[in-house]
Amino acid sequence: MSNTPDDRKYASSHEWALLEDDGTVRVGITDHAQEALGDLVFVELPEVGQSVGKGDECSVVESVKAASDIYSPVSGEIIAVNESLEDSPELVNEAPYDDGWLFVIQPVDVSELDEMLDTEAYQQSIDDE
Amino acid sequence: MPFIPHSEQDIEQMLSVIGADNIDDLFDEIPASLRCAELTQIPSGMNEMEVTRLLRERAAQDGLPLCFLGAGAYEHHIPAAVWEITTRGEFYSAYTPYQAEASQGTLQLLYEFQTMMASLVAMDVSNASLYDGASALAEAVLMAVRANRKSKSRKILMPSTVNPVYRKVTDAIVKNQDIELVDVPFDPITGQTDLNALAAFAGDDYAALVIPQPNFFGALDHVDEMTAWAVDNKMLSIAVVNPMAMALLKPPGEWADEGVDIVCGEGQPLGAPLASGGPYFGFMCCKQKHVRQMPGRIIGRTTDLDGKEGFTLTLQAREQHIRRSKATSNICTNQGLLVTAASIYMSLLGPEGLRKVGLNSHKNCQTLVQRLTRIEGVSQVFSGQTFHECVLKVDADAQQLINDLAEKHDILGGFNLSADYADLNNCILVCATETRTLDDIERFATTLDALLKQQG
Repeated sequence: MSNTPDDRKYASSHEWALLEDDGTVRVGITDHAQEALGDLVFVELPEVGQSVGKGDECSVVESVKAASDIYSPVSGEIIAVNESLEDSPELVNEAPYDDGWLFVIQPVDVSELDEMLDTEAYQQSIDDE
Repeated sequence: MPFIPHSEQDIEQMLSVIGADNIDDLFDEIPASLRCAELTQIPSGMNEMEVTRLLRERAAQDGLPLCFLGAGAYEHHIPAAVWEITTRGEFYSAYTPYQAEASQGTLQLLYEFQTMMASLVAMDVSNASLYDGASALAEAVLMAVRANRKSKSRKILMPSTVNPVYRKVTDAIVKNQDIELVDVPFDPITGQTDLNALAAFAGDDYAALVIPQPNFFGALDHVDEMTAWAVDNKMLSIAVVNPMAMALLKPPGEWADEGVDIVCGEGQPLGAPLASGGPYFGFMCCKQKHVRQMPGRIIGRTTDLDGKEGFTLTLQAREQHIRRSKATSNICTNQGLLVTAASIYMSLLGPEGLRKVGLNSHKNCQTLVQRLTRIEGVSQVFSGQTFHECVLKVDADAQQLINDLAEKHDILGGFNLSADYADLNNCILVCATETRTLDDIERFATTLDALLKQQG
């Protein structure tokens, strides 16, 4: 049973999005996603300053057996990326909701988060898989 | 593994299981206008005896000409051991095998090949080879566009001193991905890439600059200046090199301060015969930081559960069987047999042997040029230093000369540059490798002299 904290929103493509106090949105992949991918060996992060639209591919996580695109859950500008993943991609496996975050977006419209799944709905979607 | 085609019965059974009436139904969604009609141009099949005879007769028409033709494929001496060993049953396979890890010997050989190539060009990593030099350059261009994340550009600076065939092949492969190749002219005095013309592109957004060494005219190009210029202008640099020249010249990994990003080229000079144009193999090396954007197969060395050394396909997540349409390339194999020959060739010669082949080729070309330019009506076109090819201008119809040399005297007298370079009318690219003797050069010179006198 994977862990799905209820302080954030989820996408059916297995990203999480956390609205920070300063109005930015931190993005990562779920515990369920990291478990399904297996040990990550590489994370290709977006460029700081890059504009992304909701649903755009903006990152790639690669494990020993697969590589998966990460879709931006909201529209906006990338203002930070988790550079420690360059040398330690395993952080995503170890702490997907904390140290294993991928990037931070300055959103254009925070209400896009409302269109995402809550904990219960995401949990339901992975149970149905 | 026996190859057993489906019988009519098999086909009918399969169709009935999936509920289709005939095989054509499976292609229903492809509009009729796009389907291949009857192939009327292709003759009916021949048996082995007939094919052998036909090919023998055609091969005999080639004769055994004395070769001063290079332009991308080069006649070098291949020690007999190279193909004797290459064609042993243990090695005799065209591709990376399926169930690759079951073939540890093949993987070890490919790993050794990668090590030799990376060492020859002074780069961090090599792949297990590509199809040929031209398609390797196309792959390098696609790779550079992906890898240069600082640039959104899909344009590449491509000097006109890059082999015209490579430029055509690259354009054909990349243009449908909206990648544009922008010409950089050459300096008509030196035959090198024109640095002033290059400087005019400064500040513009391009994904990469291609740097040939030696370039198509045989000239040693401004590799340090061009590499540094690419860095200054936030472009990646792609070296396209003759591997034989790398034994003599500063390798691309050492150009300017940090070396180039990607190196590619044609592997034929390393142990593959001319063979009327193929099969050859392409190679590609890059900096470690770009390895995930590199196409093709990569073999890694590892240890197994018992701590024993083993070889494995690595970084497969880039490849199409895992990454599907987003793979770095549709290339999921390599030129295994040619790479085997190249690895054995390089092992037999060693670094010193390769250097001698390169050096003797260079010396012979110098001798050739000195001898030919003593003939009235033959002059050297460019002033730049060359490796083992050089451009000469003749006071005659170059194509007629080349035809006469081949048809009447069994001499391949070089490559006519007129068709690809409007400014180089009646200019011929000549080549001499280590295989050309003084007698060979004298025979070419006296024949050329006589033909020029006849034409004049």
